[in-house]
Amino acid sequence: MTNGDLKIKLPEILPSITFEEGGQWLNINIEPKEWLLFAKNLRNNPDLDFDYLFCLTCVDWRTHLTMVYHLESTQYRHTIVVKSKLDRNKPEIESVSQIWRTTDFHEREVYELFGVNFLNHPDLRLLILPDGWEGKFPLRKDFEDPVNMIKL
Amino acid sequence: MYRETQIVDDNSTASPDVEGDLVINVGPQHPATHGVLHLVITLNGETIKKLDPHLGYIHRSIEKMCESLSFRQFIYVTSKMDYLSSHINNHGCALCVEKGLQIEVPPRAQVIRVLMDELTRLASHQLWWGAMAMDVGALTPFFLAFREREMINDIMEESCGTRLTMNYMVPGGVMDDVHPNFQKRVNEFIKHFKNKIDEYDELVTGNVIFQNRTKNVGYISKEDAISYGMTGPSARGSGVQCDIRKLYPYEVYDKLQFDEIIEAEGDSFARYIVRMKEMRQSLSIVEQLIDNIPAGEFQAKTKAVLKLPKGEFYSRVETARGEFGVYIVSEGGTTPYRIKFRSPGFSNLSALDHMARGGKIGDLVAIMGTLDLVIPDIDR
Amino acid sequence: MDVKPDIQNPFPGEVHPTPTGGVLVTAIDDVINWARSNSLWPLVFGTSCCAIEMMSTASAKYDWSRFGFEVTRATPRQADVIIIAGTIVNKMAPVLKRLYDQMADPKYVIAMGACATSGGPFFYNTYSVVKGADHVIPVDVYIAGCPPRPEALLHSLITLQKKIKAGLTREQIRMEKPEIPIP
Repeated sequence: MTNGDLKIKLPEILPSITFEEGGQWLNINIEPKEWLLFAKNLRNNPDLDFDYLFCLTCVDWRTHLTMVYHLESTQYRHTIVVKSKLDRNKPEIESVSQIWRTTDFHEREVYELFGVNFLNHPDLRLLILPDGWEGKFPLRKDFEDPVNMIKL
Repeated sequence: MYRETQIVDDNSTASPDVEGDLVINVGPQHPATHGVLHLVITLNGETIKKLDPHLGYIHRSIEKMCESLSFRQFIYVTSKMDYLSSHINNHGCALCVEKGLQIEVPPRAQVIRVLMDELTRLASHQLWWGAMAMDVGALTPFFLAFREREMINDIMEESCGTRLTMNYMVPGGVMDDVHPNFQKRVNEFIKHFKNKIDEYDELVTGNVIFQNRTKNVGYISKEDAISYGMTGPSARGSGVQCDIRKLYPYEVYDKLQFDEIIEAEGDSFARYIVRMKEMRQSLSIVEQLIDNIPAGEFQAKTKAVLKLPKGEFYSRVETARGEFGVYIVSEGGTTPYRIKFRSPGFSNLSALDHMARGGKIGDLVAIMGTLDLVIPDIDR
Repeated sequence: MDVKPDIQNPFPGEVHPTPTGGVLVTAIDDVINWARSNSLWPLVFGTSCCAIEMMSTASAKYDWSRFGFEVTRATPRQADVIIIAGTIVNKMAPVLKRLYDQMADPKYVIAMGACATSGGPFFYNTYSVVKGADHVIPVDVYIAGCPPRPEALLHSLITLQKKIKAGLTREQIRMEKPEIPIP
């Protein structure tokens, strides 16, 4: 499906989405509360069939955090990018590890580096950082570490 | 001067469920884990019930460090992430920066880049073959693989300067022209290696002990492989079509004749066969290109200090292990705002638990050998 | 008794003939150092890219077994020298210390590459890298390079052998002067 067809088809599933212009692929903004239902629809709908999640990350924009999901369909070869703004003081979003099994590790990584709480994740704990680093979120922009980091 | 450090044993997540279960550690220092990977395995006798990878023993905080490096500098940190396909990683980063700046790469540079990529893929698969055979128990293939790999290293050293982490790609082309001897040496290598690859097949592939250790071991179905996000030869062994060189061709790949190798069985032997056949395909690509390098410039003219416009850019390349993605978020300055590297090993490793359950520890070593993990790529 | 320092004979001890026809060897330290330096067994320890150059040094083109380093052991209990090939991060440092403690005396350490010497390319703006392996364990020989060529690694192994024969490694200095506190 081309971007134009997707722009018609996707608001039928979830009317409250908005589109962002000027990206490499179709960028979609949603509210964090609607993510789980939208994701289930994207996966199970036979015309869309987004079964391959190839990048899950988070960007810290100083006033808020944004979750970014890159999805692709191996059958139709269309790609979309789903973004969701989170509140910086209490970042929470539903986990989709039952839908795409790869998000198990990716969400653990975002949890420890940014502090986003994934609801209903089977096993949320530190993956890459050593013990004792819960609570310090190194990839946030306001992270200071005078002991370890030597600034150039 | 060193400080006393506290050693903490972390077994809280893999406590034995049933009386008689044993929890053991494999690694972080272990000859078969291809790096520093710590696996906490719950065993019943010798059968694996649960496998929990602990990562982070080589986490060098590359993504945070890149936020303070310029757009020309961050490319060379990626060659230390997956050091066996260092050219291909650099290529992916250079493509992303060129996408942002809309730079056109001259044809000579495109062909040189593809040649270096395919030679790197050959070298990486050779080392994989030697290391995998060593894990399964054969020591001779290790020395044979390194003998061939040294020939490629010598070719790289003449043109690029170093043997392992060749920082040769720049946004716009390559750093310097290839050495005048390049064509002659690559032709000699092709002639030499064509016989050797049949020797490899005779030595290991047909060996009955090797086949018993890898057939029907570590099965993963096609749907599971896509759901776990596996890419590269590990996924193509289960029937997934995921070669970025065919799906979204970059540089001159759309003009070349080569096959995408797909096997349908999904076990370790299928993944092994995929990589052996891919070596032959890489050799044929090098043969097609080496006598037809177009004349011209090797680098497009760019400014000294690069500034990407505000926005987000994503580029994908096919490394020897799978799909490598570079995601740059830029605010218009001289340094990136946020960089995310989508590494192939991270997703391939998450399927290890699924593949190893029910098997024995010897099977686990064979599965890890065919997955071809490089741990600094996973931990970044 | 006659002392016959035989210059043509490369045997490093002094040979004293006894009246009944046997020999008595003094300067036993020199003999022991010579024997130890020519048969060092390294430990299999590589964290990142330098490990590939170490594997290249072990294979047929730049063979290190002609210097005595033939047998690489996987367990620290049977190894003499640990070659730290790769970056050491905060999570790996206790593991390295534990491996070093498990090795039996006399033990030697080589820091291979820029990362193990001082943090290397990961020195600035990283929160998790130990800036130099000598913050964790005492090091005898440092090798520069990123990664160092196999010839550089061979040169450092020969330097370590010379240090052992001259009695100048940290281990041997510590044995001679016990009043210096262990850092």
